[in-house]
Amino acid sequence: MAGLSFDNYRRNKSLEASGVLPPKTTSTGTTIVGCKFNGGVILSADTRATAGMVVADKNCLKLHRLAPNIWCAGAGTASDNDKVTELESSQLEIHSQWTGRAPRVVTALTHLKQHLFKYQGHVGAYLIIAGVDVTGSHLFSLHAHGSTDVGPYLALGSGSMAALSVLESKWKEDLTKEEAMELCSEAIMAGVFNDLASGSNVDLCVIEKGKPSRLHRGYKQPNQRLQKQRNYNFDIGTTSYFEAGSEVFYISKQSDLETSAMEVDQVS
Amino acid sequence: MSIVSQSPYVDMKALKKGEVNLGTSIMAIKFKDGVILGADSRTSMGAMVANRVTDKLTKVHDNIWCCRSGSAADTQAVSEYVRLYLDQYKINYGREPTPKTAAALFRKLCYENKNVLTAGIICAGFDEKTGGEIYSIPIGGSVHKQDYAIAGSGSSYIYGLCNTHYKQEMSQDEAVEFVKMSLTQAIRWDGSSGGCIRMVILTKNGVERLLFTPQEYQLN
Repeated sequence: MAGLSFDNYRRNKSLEASGVLPPKTTSTGTTIVGCKFNGGVILSADTRATAGMVVADKNCLKLHRLAPNIWCAGAGTASDNDKVTELESSQLEIHSQWTGRAPRVVTALTHLKQHLFKYQGHVGAYLIIAGVDVTGSHLFSLHAHGSTDVGPYLALGSGSMAALSVLESKWKEDLTKEEAMELCSEAIMAGVFNDLASGSNVDLCVIEKGKPSRLHRGYKQPNQRLQKQRNYNFDIGTTSYFEAGSEVFYISKQSDLETSAMEVDQVS
Repeated sequence: MSIVSQSPYVDMKALKKGEVNLGTSIMAIKFKDGVILGADSRTSMGAMVANRVTDKLTKVHDNIWCCRSGSAADTQAVSEYVRLYLDQYKINYGREPTPKTAAALFRKLCYENKNVLTAGIICAGFDEKTGGEIYSIPIGGSVHKQDYAIAGSGSSYIYGLCNTHYKQEMSQDEAVEFVKMSLTQAIRWDGSSGGCIRMVILTKNGVERLLFTPQEYQLN
């Protein structure tokens, strides 16, 4: 039968039932937001990646370039986000060379949603897609099962409630670029400080009509490591000890060892 | 051919884990000059509102629209397929498809993939020959031609209300008021419906869209 093979899925299910546990995936418990302004659109993300309760990466990049004029922010499974955005950027490049036009945001959106729908949520990519094209500036969100939403401001990930509380109370129509940048970073900071799975820095990307997209890596760094006020190194000699030392022996030949052993025997 | 192998059982299990749900109140009614589609605007993921201004009224052709309920991903995929097929229909046959054709396509997709889809759809359209037509396609993939149709989780609360208050050959203003009043009650009693009320009016003059914010429709 044509279509997908789910043989490995069934195999993995039976392995799981017999006690072989699957490897843990790195989940980007995340805060990501997107916001439109009067000249374009902004994407922003935190930089924490987690594996269970462990911070796997303190400064990972969750903003991906699909095309020079289309970017996306990813929440969910880190590996799925990396791969799905990598594949899509290749497809968009091929598509734009074939058509001789800059790619449109809806093209990326439709292609990604058809891909994710095909995998029925098993590809765990939750994306906010933003960009400018010949039809204007656009902002979309895309869930792993393949559903999409449109909006003037959007938030996704475990910190989305915190981020949305900022966006819902402070967003207004016709924001300037500077206001929108401030609003987005404030929304991400709400996630960074109030959501356990989000943290570290704020990355931000500005996409404007007729200008090159600009990625601000580490736009805000509210969690810099400070110089410690004291150090906890012990003075030399704090702990007493008997003696330490070592001697080095060289054995030049195996036969030497045997000869000397015989000599010892004769002496005794 | 379906890409999914068929099983004799209809799997009516709830949405897959983490799936976006359209816990919904949707309806469509016939009136004197055409049809009106109405919907709330809430999309939920478990206990969280994922989108409070969703558009569940989707265009599948110039004069044929649908109301979506169930899984957001499934209903978006199904309606995009129908949109594609209706575009191809117009190119191949050189005439506008009828609402009945659209309903048949919805039925085909929903029935043949009933094992994997969670989609409850109301398909409504305006046709020059037949006037307004409404087809309800609930989860199993059956088709029901009706004068008015209600669906989604919120519809359970307004079966009686709609049955007693619906009249045939209402004016446009009466019909808009009927849809607004019915959806207000559905939203009030159903926790997973809410936000704005959206409407689409289909007549011989084309398409008109209406939006009512909570301040505009709530009674108190």
